Amino acid sequence: MKKIMLMFMILFLLLPHMVFAEKQVKPGFIYVGPVGDAGWTYAHDQGRQEMEKLSFVEPSTYIESVPEGAESARVINGLVRKGANLVFTTSFGYMDATIDVAKRNPEVVFMHCSGFKTADNVGTYFGRMYEPRYLSGIVAGKMTKKNVIGYVAAFPIPEVIRGINAFTLGVRSVNPKAEVRVVWTQTWFDPGIERDAADSLLDVGADVLAMHQDAPATLQAAEARGAYVIGYNSDMREFAPNAFLTAPVWNWGALYTKLAKAVSEGTWKSEQIWDGMKEGLVKLADFNAKVPAEVQALVSEKAAAIKAGTLHPFSGPIKNQAGNIAVAAGKTHSDGELLGMNYFVEGVQGTIPK
Amino acid sequence: MLEILLDATVRAGTPILFATLGAIINERAGIINLGIEGLMLIGAVAGFAATHASGSLLIGVIAAFVLAFLAGSIHALITVQLRGNQIVSGLALTMFGIGMTALFGKEMVGLTITGFERIAIPGLSLLPVIGKPFFNQDLLIYFSFVLVALIWLFFYRTRWGLAVRTLGENPAAADTCGVPVNLYRFLAVTIGSGIVGIGGAYLSLASTPMWIENMSGGRGWIAVALVIFAGWSSPRAMLGAYLFGGITAMQLRFQAMGTTISAHILQMLPYAFTILVLVISTMRLAKGASQQPESLGQPYDREDRK
Repeated sequence: MKKIMLMFMILFLLLPHMVFAEKQVKPGFIYVGPVGDAGWTYAHDQGRQEMEKLSFVEPSTYIESVPEGAESARVINGLVRKGANLVFTTSFGYMDATIDVAKRNPEVVFMHCSGFKTADNVGTYFGRMYEPRYLSGIVAGKMTKKNVIGYVAAFPIPEVIRGINAFTLGVRSVNPKAEVRVVWTQTWFDPGIERDAADSLLDVGADVLAMHQDAPATLQAAEARGAYVIGYNSDMREFAPNAFLTAPVWNWGALYTKLAKAVSEGTWKSEQIWDGMKEGLVKLADFNAKVPAEVQALVSEKAAAIKAGTLHPFSGPIKNQAGNIAVAAGKTHSDGELLGMNYFVEGVQGTIPK
Repeated sequence: MLEILLDATVRAGTPILFATLGAIINERAGIINLGIEGLMLIGAVAGFAATHASGSLLIGVIAAFVLAFLAGSIHALITVQLRGNQIVSGLALTMFGIGMTALFGKEMVGLTITGFERIAIPGLSLLPVIGKPFFNQDLLIYFSFVLVALIWLFFYRTRWGLAVRTLGENPAAADTCGVPVNLYRFLAVTIGSGIVGIGGAYLSLASTPMWIENMSGGRGWIAVALVIFAGWSSPRAMLGAYLFGGITAMQLRFQAMGTTISAHILQMLPYAFTILVLVISTMRLAKGASQQPESLGQPYDREDRK
């Protein structure tokens, strides 16, 4: 009798665990850069750390500076062998390798950042960075006095072009006289070149700078020359305490915790996630006190409209550089058109190298 | 505009200039050093860390020199004392530099310091066109001017300089004359490496006062190529480094001014220039006009003397 009682007791104690037991999640990450890049990879790593705080998430493994391409498959495989059951591959160039490894490991969930190929156990994710970029454009348009705004851009790919366009539309929505000058650095990550590109924009009269780079050199250039600057990726204000206005930033933690929960509860399914400000994946960093209260209020109002879905930065009428209508009034660019964007809107000074 | 362009040229060219000067000292003594890229990174992180800890830029520059000097002594030990393969040892030094600086630089990311600021030289900085670009710069740039002159004087106006040059041309002859071959080669490699380290420190202390992994961005390799362009002479290294920096600065400014030339083509220019330089210098080699040290890359062992 005692034994039976004991068995019941043990069963009773185990019961809640058996029924509500959440699957333990062991995440693994592949990074394209070092976690110390102060930009792209740094932002992902912040998200990873936030995810790790969840009770059902085991300590995660990450591997830095993994070269893109076929070689990365070996590294991804290594993560799986170490027991990862939720793998994040955080750069476009890992796409094919991710699909490859996923085929051989159907029990593992893979999430590939910024790609377009999916499988039963592979989903993709990215953020609508153009939303906070548009808002940062409003700030720049209000703060410029010379109506010349500089933009240090990395590579002429749709993601960057979309950012420049959204930014410019934001600028022109409050200041139709302002123009945005673009300089391509053809690198994500070379502080020296970035600094020089930023200086060259200041030399031609820009008084507000924005950038799509992974290092904070543009911020230093603006600080040194007394201009204003808008950051990117993560809040980099310590590099330019006086010049920094705000920054469109990533908040990967919002998505990573959601995904970990879905995998743990078994509700995860393969999809192409493109979250925006509404879901909290992207946002605008806190304003510098130098941004006047009425500008802050205006931006907050627009931010609320974007979150509510009543404002879309790419709704018409939008003209291209030549002055022709690119999006008619009442129409909006579809997600497909946004993802393949390869033209500049009116107000951008510069060319897309072909 | 010309003034602005020249100014950007000098600033973009200076880290490469330091690296090229350091490499020239190495190669004049007959030792190829492909570790330049790694040494620049070591200089950059050491300079930044020391400046951040002490608050003094001078201590930062000294730390950059000393750490690169020590790293260079690994290369010197392998190539001079142990007569190992110079190419392999140099490449290993670069990989070592990239890895070590990434590891030890982790703590430095996101920290800020006050970098070198411009100091105008009274009188000279008022000169038209060249005044601002050359005489309203930071101390490290002035130091690079002095260094160019000092290295030239050392090699062509001193007995030790002659001895070091002989090491590169014919170490056996130098040995016969009583020049301590290994000691001089060792010093040339380590001191040259230290100067390369200052080039790295220029990046993390003056051009962009911060530390970011791999911030040298291939400038060390450009320096390796510029040594050949410069014909192993320090004034021509200055010319080469500024040409390279100038083309980089120019293409960015072309874009900012709103030219319609494709950015891809503009971006190619500095590298196309590097290749062109290598082709021209090799063509000159064929004509027998080479200034390349005769024994460059060959280990010296007294026992092997012919």
